[in-house]
Amino acid sequence: MTALPQTTAKKLGLVIDLDICVGCHACVINCKEWNTSNYGAPLSDQDAYGANPSGTFLNRIHTYEVKKPQKPAQIVHFPKSCLHCEDAPCVTVCPTGASYKRSEDGIVLVNESDCIGCGLCAWACPYGARELDAAEGVMKKCTLCVDRIYNENIPEIDREPACVRTCPANARHFGDFADPESDVSQMSAARGGMELMPEQGTKPVNRYLPPRPKADIHTDGDINILAPFLEPVAATPKGLLGWLDKALEAL
Amino acid sequence: MHPAASVIIFTSLSGLGFGLLFFLGLDRPVVSGWVAFTFFLIAYALAVGGLLASTFHLGNPQRAMKAFSQWRTSWLSREGVVSVATLLVMGLYAALLIFADIRIAPLGWLGSALCIATVYCTSMIYGQLKTVPRWNMSTTPALFILYSLAGGALLSAQLPFALFAIVILTAIQILSWARGDMSFSQAGHTIETATGLGALGKVRLLEAPHSGENYLTREMVHVIGRKHGQKLRVITTLCLGIIPVAMLLFFPVNHFSVVLIIILHVIGLFVSRWLFFAEAEHVVGLYYDKR
Repeated sequence: MTALPQTTAKKLGLVIDLDICVGCHACVINCKEWNTSNYGAPLSDQDAYGANPSGTFLNRIHTYEVKKPQKPAQIVHFPKSCLHCEDAPCVTVCPTGASYKRSEDGIVLVNESDCIGCGLCAWACPYGARELDAAEGVMKKCTLCVDRIYNENIPEIDREPACVRTCPANARHFGDFADPESDVSQMSAARGGMELMPEQGTKPVNRYLPPRPKADIHTDGDINILAPFLEPVAATPKGLLGWLDKALEAL
Repeated sequence: MHPAASVIIFTSLSGLGFGLLFFLGLDRPVVSGWVAFTFFLIAYALAVGGLLASTFHLGNPQRAMKAFSQWRTSWLSREGVVSVATLLVMGLYAALLIFADIRIAPLGWLGSALCIATVYCTSMIYGQLKTVPRWNMSTTPALFILYSLAGGALLSAQLPFALFAIVILTAIQILSWARGDMSFSQAGHTIETATGLGALGKVRLLEAPHSGENYLTREMVHVIGRKHGQKLRVITTLCLGIIPVAMLLFFPVNHFSVVLIIILHVIGLFVSRWLFFAEAEHVVGLYYDKR
C-alpha cells in the first residue's frame, strides 16, 4: 500500500558532512557498482563511450561555489541521494503500490515488479533522488543498501551503505535517527545538521552538516596582514606627479 | 517540465471526450439512434484515445492494470478508476439510448458527474505536486474542468453555454498565467534553501555532477521554447477566447462556423497544454542551477 506508515520503529539514514567531502565521487562509483550488480534491475548506461553518454545513478555529487560580497569564494561539494523522507511524497503518488516506506526502518523502496514506469514519483520528489532506468523502464532509487546493512553473508564491517563504506574522507555516516543516542543523531545535534528544502514539508531523515566557518583574515578590511608594517603610501603626490595631477584635474 | 507528446495528447483529448460525454449524459443535444451513436462514438474515441496515449510514456505498460489499486492515496490511480467507471456508466446509458431508445436520466446524470470527477482527477495528478509551483495552484483543476466543459459544449453544439464557458475559461487561463509567473518565487524555493548553504553566501553551481544530461534534466529541467512563451500565450488567447467569442456574438452561426470555432479551440487547447508543461519549473532544477 502506498499509504505512509504513521511511525517507523527506526529512522535509518545518512549524515553527510559538507565540511569534509572532497568531491572525489568515490561514493558515486561504489554506489553504482554495488547497486548495478545486486538487488533489482541494473543501473544502465546509454551511449557510455559515445558523444552523449548518460546513465542511471542513485547518488550524484554537485559542486557549488558560495560567495559573500568582497569575500573569497568557498567551494562546497554536495553529495545527493534519497533522503528517505518521513512524509515521502514519492510514495503516496504511486498508482500501483510499487513505492513504499518500510514501517520497520523507514527505508523508501521500489518494488520493481510492480512499477509501471510512469515517472510520477520522480516528479513528486523535490531532490531528484529517483531516476527512471532507460533500459528497464522502472524507477531506481537509493535503497540505503538494504541488501548490505542486514546481510549476514558479508563481514560486519561491510554492513553499511556502499557510499558510507567507501568514503575515503569519512564524510558520510549511517545510523538510526530515531535513537537520540546514536552517532548520527549526536553528530547532527552537535553540528546543526540541516534538512534540504524544508519548505517542501517532506521531513527528510538524512541530515547535512554545514561547512564549518572558515578562518577569515580579511575581516578588518586589510588586504595584507603585513600591511601595517609597510611604509605609508603618500596620499597626495608631490613634484612632477603632483604637478601632472593638478594639471589634469584642471583640464 | 518536458512537454511530452503523450501527456499533452492524453490530457487534451480525454478532456474533450469527457466534456462531450458530460453534455450527452445531460441529454444535450437531444439525440437518439444513429445520431446518438455518432456523438457517443466521437466522445469515446477522444476519451479512450486520450487514455491510451497516456500509456505510451510508461516504462512498463504491460503492468498498467496494477495502477487501479492505489486509489486511497494516488490521484493517478483515482483517475484510472474513475475514468473506467465513467466509461462503463456512460456506455450502459449510451447502449440503452442507441439500441433500445430508452433514456434513463439519472444514469446519464451520474455519468456526467463522473465525467467532471475524471477531469478533476486528471488535473490533480499535476495540481498535487508541490515540486512544481506553477501547477500547485487552485487554478489547475479549474482550468482542466473549464477546458473540458468549453470543448464539450462546442462539440455538442451547446452554443450559449459554450460562449459562457469560453469567456470564463479565457479569464481563468490568463489569471493562471499571471499567478503562475509568480508562483515559484512565492513558494520561496531558491538554490540557497535547496542546498542549505544560504547562510554562507550566494550559491551557484560550479560543477554539475556529470558532463552530460540525465533523466532528471531531460524530464524536469526543460528550458527550450520558453522564449516564445509570450507569443504562444497571445496565440492561445486569440484561438481560445477572442476569435470564438467574436464569431459567436457577431457572426451568423452555422455548421461551418461551429467547425471553425472547434478547430480554433483545439489549437488553443494544444498550445496552452504545451505551455502548461513547457513553462512549469520543477524545484529539482535548483540543484542544477537551472529552471
